[in-house]
Amino acid sequence: MISFLIFIWRYLTRHVDNFLLGSIFLLMLTGLVTLYSATDGNLDRLTGQAINMLTALSFMWLVANVPLRDILRLAVPIYVVGLILLIGVALFGEINNGARRWLNIGITHIQPSELMKIGVPLMLAWYFDRRAATLGTLDYVIATVLLLVPALLIMRQPDLGTALLIISSGFYILFLGGLSWRIMTGLLVSIAGSLPILWSMMHDYQRQRIATLFDPTQDPLGSGYHIIQSTIAIGSGGLIGKGWQQGTQTHLDFLPEKSTDFIFAVFSEEFGLIGNITLLFLYALVIGRSIVIAADASTQFTRLISGSITLTFCTYIFVNIGMVTGILPVVGVPLPLISYGGTSMVTILLGFGILMSIRTHATLVKA
Amino acid sequence: MKRKAELLNYPRQLYYFQQRLGISVGFIVLLFLLLLARFCYLQIWQYEHYQTLAEKNRISVLPILPNRGLIFDRNGEILAANYPAYTLEIIPSKTIDLENTINKLASIINIEIKDRKYFNKLVKENGGLESLPIRARLSSAEVARFSANHYLFPEVDLRARLFRQYPRGDAASHAIGYIGRINDKDLKKLEINEELANYRGSQHIGKIGIEQSYEKELHGITGLEKIETNSIGRSIRTISRTPPISGNNLTLTLDIKLQEVAEKAFGNRRGALVALDPNNGEVLAFVSRPGFDPNLFVNGIDLDSWNLLNNSTDRPLNNRALSGLYPPGSTFKPFMALAGLELKQRTPEHTIRDLGYFSLPGSTHRFRDWKVGGHGDVNIHKSLVISCDTYYYGLANDLGIDSIHDFISQFGLGKKTGIDIEGEAAGLLPSKEWKMKQYKKKWYVGDTISVGVGQGYNLTTPLQLAFATTILASQGKAFRPRFLKKIQDSSTGKIYKSVAQPLYTLNFEPNNFKWIKDALIDVTQPGGTAAIAGANAAYTFAGKTGTSQVVGMKQGEKYNESKVKEHHRDHALFISYAPAEKPSIVLSVLVENGGHGGSSAAPIARQIMDYFLLGKLPVEEATRIVDEEEGTHD
Repeated sequence: MISFLIFIWRYLTRHVDNFLLGSIFLLMLTGLVTLYSATDGNLDRLTGQAINMLTALSFMWLVANVPLRDILRLAVPIYVVGLILLIGVALFGEINNGARRWLNIGITHIQPSELMKIGVPLMLAWYFDRRAATLGTLDYVIATVLLLVPALLIMRQPDLGTALLIISSGFYILFLGGLSWRIMTGLLVSIAGSLPILWSMMHDYQRQRIATLFDPTQDPLGSGYHIIQSTIAIGSGGLIGKGWQQGTQTHLDFLPEKSTDFIFAVFSEEFGLIGNITLLFLYALVIGRSIVIAADASTQFTRLISGSITLTFCTYIFVNIGMVTGILPVVGVPLPLISYGGTSMVTILLGFGILMSIRTHATLVKA
Repeated sequence: MKRKAELLNYPRQLYYFQQRLGISVGFIVLLFLLLLARFCYLQIWQYEHYQTLAEKNRISVLPILPNRGLIFDRNGEILAANYPAYTLEIIPSKTIDLENTINKLASIINIEIKDRKYFNKLVKENGGLESLPIRARLSSAEVARFSANHYLFPEVDLRARLFRQYPRGDAASHAIGYIGRINDKDLKKLEINEELANYRGSQHIGKIGIEQSYEKELHGITGLEKIETNSIGRSIRTISRTPPISGNNLTLTLDIKLQEVAEKAFGNRRGALVALDPNNGEVLAFVSRPGFDPNLFVNGIDLDSWNLLNNSTDRPLNNRALSGLYPPGSTFKPFMALAGLELKQRTPEHTIRDLGYFSLPGSTHRFRDWKVGGHGDVNIHKSLVISCDTYYYGLANDLGIDSIHDFISQFGLGKKTGIDIEGEAAGLLPSKEWKMKQYKKKWYVGDTISVGVGQGYNLTTPLQLAFATTILASQGKAFRPRFLKKIQDSSTGKIYKSVAQPLYTLNFEPNNFKWIKDALIDVTQPGGTAAIAGANAAYTFAGKTGTSQVVGMKQGEKYNESKVKEHHRDHALFISYAPAEKPSIVLSVLVENGGHGGSSAAPIARQIMDYFLLGKLPVEEATRIVDEEEGTHD
């Protein structure tokens, strides 16, 4: 009987990477502990987040069980559907907080830009895998178009954070796919050249965010307030922090968006530098394992997609912490696995699901 | 073609990938190190800076106002009290949309334009960091209404504050003074005296009178409360508290009952009265009529009341006793007489023949006596009893202006007495030197003559006259007039008595004092100028009447057409002391445009004396006659 249960368990978890899952669990736990403090012990928010996590984990489990060739086959449909939805958002989307991001598809509201966080790298990886035999400069141009069309649509919503994350996830595919240094230099120059255009496309609040990045004290009660208060929270945390639920910045409401984008400031205020190092270490475990999976991947597609997912995950971390500590502009990127919110949790765990699929299916093939 | 062939090479592809992945790992490590460096910078290197900022964020230091010291009269009657009332307060800097908040508040609580104006003024003055009142003295209905809706106004606080109250209304208002809102001038003064810190949160300061001159004693020491506040400034808890130290309670020398008797005696006449204790300089009553209600000033006087007070031809805000300048008239004569005796220009026996006028040798100009035809033979005693002018014209001429000045300034006329409230006028006792300085003109002998009867350039305040009379009454002893009797330290409960301040003693021939005193006693006897007022007094009542001419008055009052006539009438004066053998009270009474001292000022003095010495309250006119009749039976 017991051996039967063990068999069932082994069967169900045969596509799960234990090391990766363990590290993710630790981060999620950290997230819940921090969230409890950030919401002043609000159990509704806590259970809500736990449900988000379970949902996301189920998605991860599902994806992990999908064989590679099916994922490969899904790349184009996901991308195309995502693109259609993005155009739909641009035309019929619901406006929320001045941004048109959501689409009402009858049963629920969805945010197609989140889907594209997976869709774009999948599509590009699929494209490179397919064209591997005859890869030429034209392929890079096509890849760039495939990347920029959804990115620009998202930027127009406007959602600068997501657009930048999608551009970077696509760029990682190109980079890992062997994009020549010369072209990259060219790209860099053209990006620098297009900055003024980008600036003109930005909304006022985005420009202001960038402007106050350089001097947050310029506007202490307006857009600089977020960064000022979060740096105060982090700095005053010191070496060992003020203790769980003891953060004054957090509990006296000085910190904005403390359960979502600025949750790192809560963690940092209460657990200090030692907590921060621990958190970075936990992230390093996840990243390290992901890199191992990418490095071991057997096909170009799996290598590119796992590499991109890993690097995008790192980008999330860096952009969020960079923003909260005041070295990057405030661009509304959640701290992966910690911030409150279901959508980003699902997106991130879908990525890890793909990584696990790559790992376990490859092993099965090898075995 | 060659390049494509290379890319087809799978191991090559893997090599490229692994190379790029390696670079990526390096990059990730670099970024992690960058974050780590940032953490160290914020949490180790800048820790103290951010720690301070976090503390500043969460901790507000709020002033706790001390209770203002109370003011009592000499018998413990309260003159200035505090009563608690609720105010609505806002911390402007922590309120996001101030205008909107106030508008919303105005929908449930009556907020007048005046309140808003005052609030905006306070915001401008202190930068809006402190809790400021938008409405003071809420009714209990308003308190209830606000409490029920408090959740709508997280930025508005309901606080109990103490307000100043003067329960006796306009009684002794010129002496007690009042507190009012701190203005720019007060702030500057506080800054110079380095007292600004102690006034954090204070909205009131003594403006005039005792409230002003004893501000330091009354104000107390502001306490501090460190409280933890959240981002919108609501206090969460108190971290530490330094309690305020209440202001010290003052007991004045004033006798408020006597004061009220005196004020009542004036009726609706204008004038002033100062009652001093000649044995120690204590001010027993200090009247300036008409008075005003000091309660009006505490929270900023409204324009209507202000106009009423400020534009009244009766000038209720003028402190006539302290700064009103009047020629002393015949009340100057006792001092002149003493000068004549002391400087040996006259003997008590010396008699002149008064024909009703005085002329300087070689001049035809006649200085007239008030009595046409004169008083006949007049010696020094009679000159005072019947107030003979001619006698003093000649005496003034014989003494010369500088002797008069030097002698009489010993009685404090023409000088500030140094009483313990501010705003005292110095008055004027003329001299040659003064005239040269003031008018660049020589002194003429003719100028001296009218000085001798208290006219001419002479100007005194009722307070000065009272002070001078104390010296006369106590046979030479001068004490500085003062309002303060004792101070009770609010923290220790210890009582500090204010001691009499002897200024000097005039060592004149005691007999000379006696000559004057005897004459002044007879002033209130039948035949004297104050005989009616002095009739049947149960004590020896020494006094001197005076009538000072309004023409040449240096007060510079505006004349109201309808009042011109009344305002041209002479001022009535009366100085007195009793009991003459051992004086316990000295009075100077002035009735503006009251006519003769004997008929209008002296009866007021009589009422005060009767109350003070005999405890007799003034009675209605009809019963008074009965009273007097009873007196004659004695």
